[in-house]
Amino acid sequence: MNTRQLMKGNEAICRAAIDAGCQCFFGYPITPQNQVPEYLSSLMPRHGRVFLQAESELAAINMVYGAAATGVRVMTSSSSPGISLKQEGISYIAGAELPAVIVNVQRGGPGLGNIAPAQSDYFQSTRGGGHGDYRTLALAPSSVQELYDLTRDAFDLAEKYRNPVLIVADAVLGQMMEPVVITREPLPAPEPLPWGARGTRKGSRTIVNSLYIMPEELEAVNLRLAEKYARMSREDLRWEEEEFAEDVDMAFVAYGSAARVCRTAVKLLSERGLRVGLFRPITIYPFPYQPLRALSERMKKLMVVEMSLGQMIEDVRLAVEGRCPVEFYGRTGGVVPTPEEVAEAFLSNYRVEVMGYPDDDNTRK
Amino acid sequence: MHYCPGCSHGILHRLVAEVLVELGVLDRAVGVCPVGCAVFAYDYFNCDMLEAAHGRAPAVATGVKRACSDAVVFTYQGDGDLASIGVAEAVHAAARGENITVIFINNAVYGMTGGQMAPTTMLGQQTTTSPLGRDCQLAGYPIRVSEMLATLDGATFITRCAANSPKNVQATKRAITKAFQVQLDGKGFALVEVLSTCPTWWGKGPKDAMEWIDETMQGSFPLGVILDRTGGGISDK
Repeated sequence: MNTRQLMKGNEAICRAAIDAGCQCFFGYPITPQNQVPEYLSSLMPRHGRVFLQAESELAAINMVYGAAATGVRVMTSSSSPGISLKQEGISYIAGAELPAVIVNVQRGGPGLGNIAPAQSDYFQSTRGGGHGDYRTLALAPSSVQELYDLTRDAFDLAEKYRNPVLIVADAVLGQMMEPVVITREPLPAPEPLPWGARGTRKGSRTIVNSLYIMPEELEAVNLRLAEKYARMSREDLRWEEEEFAEDVDMAFVAYGSAARVCRTAVKLLSERGLRVGLFRPITIYPFPYQPLRALSERMKKLMVVEMSLGQMIEDVRLAVEGRCPVEFYGRTGGVVPTPEEVAEAFLSNYRVEVMGYPDDDNTRK
Repeated sequence: MHYCPGCSHGILHRLVAEVLVELGVLDRAVGVCPVGCAVFAYDYFNCDMLEAAHGRAPAVATGVKRACSDAVVFTYQGDGDLASIGVAEAVHAAARGENITVIFINNAVYGMTGGQMAPTTMLGQQTTTSPLGRDCQLAGYPIRVSEMLATLDGATFITRCAANSPKNVQATKRAITKAFQVQLDGKGFALVEVLSTCPTWWGKGPKDAMEWIDETMQGSFPLGVILDRTGGGISDK
């Protein structure tokens, strides 16, 4: 099978869910992800699957919890304010170790913000998001093709780790159209996982729970979860290094839509005789610390570009540990930087005060 | 069991468990526990059990039932869980005619957290957050969840019972049986509200607590079938 099709990002998410054998989808309207529940409201029944519009994001994620507990593949989607509401359920899903796929088509914030593309949910996506000591595996696509591929992979990863997996997209990716090449065969909805809570008739009793009253017991659970996160880092770290010829000693670090902008900025800079690489994290949790650390050994500088006031830059600095200067350029509130302004910023050693950092900490040494 | 002496939860756990066995559905039952005194109910029911976040049990049960339609799915929720933080989930599960059974324990107080005022706390009732008694000017009125849900076209069977006398316990068991039968017949949303005792936070002995249900609670929460769209009554058997 090898089909090439023009599709919208939000549609690619739906196609991937269907092709991955997603049995249930629970959603709630919020812009700019509305095409996901809209497409799935007709696609899912056509494939004999379940679509349900919940009364709230809270209800939707708790329906995900219930369906995931029965051992079927399940997904929900939303956008930033709705993802905040889902955090309660995501924490419970992580605590009860259930597989689930959660799509965030990010928009501007804080608060109601706006419906323009943003990357300001990086902290929420990579630091656990809700309450408690847990992490979510977070995949950051930067094309419609990757929206399809990573959403499909997300179902496998969720089951591999019995953990929530986030697709961290944004309004640009959700709304844009690009060709998508589908090489993998679509899967039927798989048999429910053997431990699924479908009654003791399966031969065992299933308790789905995240309550451990004894601190030592919960500590042991959390340590086991931590081992799982470490395994994610060993086995499923993903990133891309672009335009890194031997003598390239400067680079952008960006993910998602911001990486697309940087890719064009790299071209603009090369027209002016400057050779610049692009390091693009695809898993933002786990973050590719080691590859970036190795790269930073031979860099004169890195510039982090984000559609936020600087969130991933914290991970970049943790990776680089002062081996080279880390500059930052970001636009916030739903503004997408142009390649020209990013190239200009790169040339002028641009820096803005990053949230929470005094300016001198961000100064080029 | 971890419940206090004189508490109704033990009786009601037993009734639900007996009904699951008598209907022959224990091995395909999936229960959803609340947050509240019944938070550990998964230790007491010998079937698959899920622990839900506070108030979200009807949404969790919806996910289970939609993913596994031949499971017999029930929630077991208190008044803080269902009538306060979980109102939206309860209302919309009923409005959708979700084919699940809801056991709603109304004891007019938050038990697990230490006796705070609940949405069903009676006017004048002293709790740890209404120390002078519930004042309607300050804290409004008790919510009649069953009557509210009975206004929804999606609901099928809603009744209010009490667990304070042998006669009422027997009636409660018959109502629970019917509520599960509604689900087995694919007829939709069924809810049994049970007026229950909380001697600890009512500051009463078990006997006085049982009398208080008759004397005081039933003033706001009258017993009886509130909605029945099944076309049949409650079996006396």
